[in-house]
Amino acid sequence: MSDLEIRESVVRGGIGQSPLRPDGVSKAEGSYLFSSDLSADNMLIGKTLRSPHQHARILSIDTSKALAMQGVHTVITADDVPGKPTYGLISSDQPVFADEVVRYIGEPIAAVVADDEDICARAIAAIDVVYETLPALTDARFAADPESMEIHPDGNVIREQNVVCGDLSVVGDVIVEDRYTIGMQDQAFLGLEAALAIPDADGAGVECHVATQWLHEDLAQIAACLDLPETAIRMVLGGVGGAFGGREDISLQVHVCLLALATGRPVKMHYSRSESFLGHVHRHPAEIWMRHHATKDGRIVKVEAEFIFDGGAYASTSSAVLVNAVTHTQGPYKCDNAYVRGVAVRTNNLPCGAMRGFGVVQACFAHERQMDLLAQKCNLDPLEIRRRNAMATGDRLITGQTVESVAPVREIIAGLAAIPEPSETLHSNGHPYRLPGGAGNTTRSSDVVRGVGYGLAIKNLMYSEAFDDYSTARCRLDDGVITLKFATAEVGQGFITIAAQIARSTLGLEDVRLDPIDTGVGSAGSTSASRQTWMSGGAVEAACLKVRQLIFEHVAATTGCDAFALVIEGDTLVNTTNGQRWPMLQIVSGLVIDEEVEFRHRPTVPLDENGQGDCHTAFAFVGHRAVVDVDVELGLVRVVEIATVQDVGRALNPLSVTGQIEGGIAQGLGLALMEEIIQRDGRIMNPSFTDYLIPTIADMPPVVAQLIEIPDPQAPMGAKGVGEPPTISSTPAIISAIQNAMNRSGGADTHLTRVPIRPSDIAKAVNSNLRD
Amino acid sequence: MTYTSDEKHFELTVNGSKHQVKDSFLGASLLSVLRDHIGMTGSKGACEEGECGSCSVLLDGNLVCSCLVLAASVTQSSIVTIEGLGGATDVQQAFVECGAIQCGFCSPGLVMATTNLLDRNPDPDVDDVREALAGNLCRCTGYGRILDAVQVAVDGRKRNKL
Repeated sequence: MSDLEIRESVVRGGIGQSPLRPDGVSKAEGSYLFSSDLSADNMLIGKTLRSPHQHARILSIDTSKALAMQGVHTVITADDVPGKPTYGLISSDQPVFADEVVRYIGEPIAAVVADDEDICARAIAAIDVVYETLPALTDARFAADPESMEIHPDGNVIREQNVVCGDLSVVGDVIVEDRYTIGMQDQAFLGLEAALAIPDADGAGVECHVATQWLHEDLAQIAACLDLPETAIRMVLGGVGGAFGGREDISLQVHVCLLALATGRPVKMHYSRSESFLGHVHRHPAEIWMRHHATKDGRIVKVEAEFIFDGGAYASTSSAVLVNAVTHTQGPYKCDNAYVRGVAVRTNNLPCGAMRGFGVVQACFAHERQMDLLAQKCNLDPLEIRRRNAMATGDRLITGQTVESVAPVREIIAGLAAIPEPSETLHSNGHPYRLPGGAGNTTRSSDVVRGVGYGLAIKNLMYSEAFDDYSTARCRLDDGVITLKFATAEVGQGFITIAAQIARSTLGLEDVRLDPIDTGVGSAGSTSASRQTWMSGGAVEAACLKVRQLIFEHVAATTGCDAFALVIEGDTLVNTTNGQRWPMLQIVSGLVIDEEVEFRHRPTVPLDENGQGDCHTAFAFVGHRAVVDVDVELGLVRVVEIATVQDVGRALNPLSVTGQIEGGIAQGLGLALMEEIIQRDGRIMNPSFTDYLIPTIADMPPVVAQLIEIPDPQAPMGAKGVGEPPTISSTPAIISAIQNAMNRSGGADTHLTRVPIRPSDIAKAVNSNLRD
Repeated sequence: MTYTSDEKHFELTVNGSKHQVKDSFLGASLLSVLRDHIGMTGSKGACEEGECGSCSVLLDGNLVCSCLVLAASVTQSSIVTIEGLGGATDVQQAFVECGAIQCGFCSPGLVMATTNLLDRNPDPDVDDVREALAGNLCRCTGYGRILDAVQVAVDGRKRNKL
């Protein structure tokens, strides 16, 4: 071994850099295979029959006409599910196929498998189902009433959770309260649900290629329903076209595996856009009442709130969503006393579950509108009221939990205040794109008022309440080449990029390869809850550290040096006792080391009946400033700019962090201004991209993003998850800015309390003649 | 099979090559013929009604949503899909390098729309770009890196001209 090479020892593509996505080129060229692009020889097509009724008893199902059709291979119903008849993420309460009763419009009743799509469609139409319709429970406020009919054997109440803390008799000098409404948002990932199931030749098992967020959870649920051992099922990640929470639950997985096993042939299922709206869970619509007590100078002394979450027909993750909402009532603000009640219920509406922000989106909208009210009442600037109440590391939450995470709330506020307002002035450009209403040319610049508003948020990271949350990763070193294996769902967020970065920086080697993502290794947990950078990143780092330790021991054994004196600097191994340096690539020549690690975060506990307990793992913080132009008479809004300051711990890949921030803000803007699933008697009135609007490039303003990088001591590599915070407080910041514009225009005496905001909400607020 | 019994077939010119389409329903969209009969899956379907732009192709040089085009009506046209760009174009490279790709489902359509824009207008301002790409939905990126990628491609072409 040669000594003392004097040169720059950096590893290319390591942590803190922004190397290119390994799948970027194939995605840009159209050769990347999404799950909807998969096919197999001899493949059949499957399709689902869904309930047209919100609540009905199934009297009979006659599949004989469909079965008799040429090209139809089989039709399956609840009678054909060999194992557990139900599935679900937290409680197994959702039937694979409705049996006896349907509880929402769109609930699966049967599935057909045929030679092609057209025959499937005709076979579906030929299935004769006789229903006896039942009264439907559509209003979440009535669902918890013991007098209301129960729509599910497990009852209507999925979970009640209160948070009671401190002295409830405290009364503030200043009291503000209101009721808030959050509409049902759709994840609207572009890549529709799709899966390909290939039965084993002996019919004893199946391989399922699917776009999902959590391969192992799917595996366990499928195995139970199929009555097969988990070893008989292999799950492979099909290319995922976005997820945002909507792929955490089972959709077509059990159906497609059943059809493949029933026919002994590969079966593909894929949803259309309209079916996708029925086929996955949505963001919970919520009704929230909130009241803040504060001193005259604006310091919060007590918060009271009531949350009603409509979970729809089945539980999904409603109980965890509710816990997130009630435990985030206070926002990123100090508060010693609280009385919060929350309930998540079943109704005959669409099932709701995970979506980016997971309960905190709803809570944040309410607490941020309240902070604006409080600022107004105390005659304080909206940033000043937030600064006076800003939480810091070491503060106790209303759950009794101490915030151990880095909590740079004051730094976020100072950062937002320091970002200059956009240079584009209100009347600087006559291009219709620069006016509310856009190319429709519906307003004149003289009718437009500018507004500025703020939103701040705290978000828990990872899973809560004693969940055994872990991730597995394997690192194999073979003659200088590192191969990583994990089951972490890459949904577009870029985990595959940072996994390789982590390995390069930990081992000082540049050639990192990734094994296919499948269940051939232990669970990685879900790609959700802003958890994979921390959890799977932590697992990759831990596996690489084990390999590194074995390299050190090997070097110590062969050179006689002390293994504890060795460190890796860039791409160089250094003996710190004598400064001796070797290129890593030379050191590991011929070495083969293979290590697998399960990484866990610190334990958490369930909340008690008063909502007390260290239930969350860690927290991240964020703030947004929105600048908007509003035609207050027409109710038209254009977002001019979003500025944001986000606590990221450490940006492992700055370009990916920027992508998460900008993309998350787009979804927050969507909820603020346009995105809502409209149901009438349980039927979706807008199940298409013509009628369910998501932001286009013309709707999205420039984003000015500033990162606060204070490495979190509890986080692997100091890096916090960054996916959810951008979506959370961008929404109330935009509404706050609209309110500000309305107030500036004079005459507005109405507090905005609903998202998405509708043009009439603005127009009615400034013109009382328009009110109902 | 009622819908596929038509004995007639038609021929499409895709990326310069002739493709016989024999087993397709005559009412099938160009998108479904490209994907399911010709086997080119680079064009994506996410809305099936011309709202998302994921299926964008060039029809005689014009950008169209292939889900809205009747395949049997374009037998006389030259069709260029994402597969026909040849790969590693300046636009594709800019998308990869600028972080304009996350899940990538919208990327083929956005690459087609950007390619078409720069062919028509080599020096678009930001409003031109927004106008040209307003028919392509992306749910992951918030469009910031996409605007950046388009600018990088524009600048690259200007440099090459000098």
